[in-house]
Amino acid sequence: MLNKNKKLQSTRDGFGEAILELGKKNKDIVVVSADLAESTRVHHFAKKYKNRFIEVGVAEQNAMGVAAGLALSGKIPYVTSFGVFSPGRNWDQLRVSVCYTNANVKIIGSHTGLSVGPDGASHQALEDIAITRVLPNITVLAPSDFIETKKATIAASKIKGPVYIRFARHKGPDINTNKTPFTVGKANILLKGSAVTIVGCGPVLAEALKAAEILAKENIKVEIINSHTIKPLDKKTILKSIKKTKKLITLEDHQVVGGLGSAVVEMLAENFPVPTIMLGVRDTFGESGKTDELWEKYGLSDGHIMSAVKKIIKK
Amino acid sequence: MINGEQNKPYKKVADIFPDENPKTPDSIFIVRFYTVLFYFLKKAKYGKINYMKRSGIKELKTIANILRQDIITTLNTAGSGHTGGSLGMTDIFAALYFNILNHIPHQPDNPNRDRLILSNGHICPILYASLARAGYFPLVKLKTLRKINSQLQGHPHAGSLPGVETSSGPLGQGISQAVGMALAAKMDKKHHHIFCITSDGEHNEGQVWEAAMLANKYKLGNLINIIDRNNIQIDGYTKDIMPLAPLKDKYITFGWKVFVINGHNMKQIVATLNKAKAFTKKPVVVIAETILGKGVSFMENKYPWHGIAPNEIETKKALAELRNGK
Repeated sequence: MLNKNKKLQSTRDGFGEAILELGKKNKDIVVVSADLAESTRVHHFAKKYKNRFIEVGVAEQNAMGVAAGLALSGKIPYVTSFGVFSPGRNWDQLRVSVCYTNANVKIIGSHTGLSVGPDGASHQALEDIAITRVLPNITVLAPSDFIETKKATIAASKIKGPVYIRFARHKGPDINTNKTPFTVGKANILLKGSAVTIVGCGPVLAEALKAAEILAKENIKVEIINSHTIKPLDKKTILKSIKKTKKLITLEDHQVVGGLGSAVVEMLAENFPVPTIMLGVRDTFGESGKTDELWEKYGLSDGHIMSAVKKIIKK
Repeated sequence: MINGEQNKPYKKVADIFPDENPKTPDSIFIVRFYTVLFYFLKKAKYGKINYMKRSGIKELKTIANILRQDIITTLNTAGSGHTGGSLGMTDIFAALYFNILNHIPHQPDNPNRDRLILSNGHICPILYASLARAGYFPLVKLKTLRKINSQLQGHPHAGSLPGVETSSGPLGQGISQAVGMALAAKMDKKHHHIFCITSDGEHNEGQVWEAAMLANKYKLGNLINIIDRNNIQIDGYTKDIMPLAPLKDKYITFGWKVFVINGHNMKQIVATLNKAKAFTKKPVVVIAETILGKGVSFMENKYPWHGIAPNEIETKKALAELRNGK
């Protein structure tokens, strides 16, 4: 359950701490920044490890290529920018220079999802999961809170090959504790239940936990799975849960087309199709607003999740 | 030392591909044995690696002629591919792989090797021919270019073939990767050089200029960009498609050291590339003025030859010209 008393922290801050730790432990860690060092929380790394911090300016295509070159020389580069720019603007460089070569590059897309808020649609990456998970060789991670982002950032350094990690800007409650295990490709069951399986990722999972709390009072017990790894998907955990509940709701701060929901549904369609409701942004751009307002307007808030649960259990 | 027959003009196409069983394993073994021996002798003496033997100007010209024949036969067998640019850059590739680069063909992963990044991946026939002749892989493999299950992909794929450093094809990406490698070498205080081959048409891509700015920012004296300036791109002449002139001035204002050379004058190529290596204060660009299709009269400066392969008749005609020794 959510720890409401603790101060709120953002996923990007988790990254900032982790990259600093990594930089100390591993001399091969390099950060490539495209003029968003503070926003992506690599400014501390920049100060401490000047020699291993490459500032390329507002040039994301070059950033990705430079990272590929660094990786092919034995470095472990983390390319950092907003998700809309990287992997958005430099997708071709990600495809050919990085994924086709299987170069050991870590792509950090911060400020993803509607949760970016007031900056508006141009800056809200709602397509990044779709355009990364379609590429061979890449691992796609979407951690849900500060702690999980730290763990994901460190875990990525141990994978040999490209890894994309998406973060959010907004400060959310802790969903995990320090003890929660984090293994790439192994989803975590946040809450056990039998009525319906909710598979989600990212900070928006907090909404599912809020909804579950209220539903429990009505004696509806939902199972919530945090699928922090979108690729490779944890087929085993999801299938086991679905075989029990026989109902699925997917939840993500991303387009329903091509995102985590799509990945889950693709897998189930081949193995165990069940009635499904996909919660996410439905083929529209976002807009300016507060995170809560946007999640409410675009169908991701706890209220929408509760309605979806009530609708699907009748099926 | 060139892999395969040397100084002997080929009589027919089949001679260049001495069938499934190349009759050179013994000589390859001897070459390798001496290379390894030399390596240890030199290492003992200088604490440094001995790289591949450097050919003289006369020998380089002969090698270039052999490489041109390789390109023609390889592309004829493939049935498609980019002939013009490959022939145009042959003299430079001969100079690089047989004189300039510090490399050991049987140690393609040696961390101290000079890197050659082919950014305009479509001219890979000349890269593949150079690698094969240098001894990275058997010559017979050239036959498999663009065929199913081949290590020789239509555009280079790193990891598939020894000696291919990066994957390329979509233009503008190689120079960024070369910059990344130059930065890594600097971080590790290594002394090898990063050579990048780019085309003039490729300079339409904004990414090239992003990379050029960064190379200047970090004063990458270990980076050498060689531009294939043949004034031709796929749809026509560069001056019509997207004018680049004054290319030299553009690079000067971007903070690079610039050399302009005749890309077919072997003596000038070798001398300039050696100067470029010795220059360590900032990145160097060598604008090599080349002739698309160089060496085959009916291909020279004809832009349709940018992206097509010769048929049987054209192959015979081209090989005859090349054998008559230009």
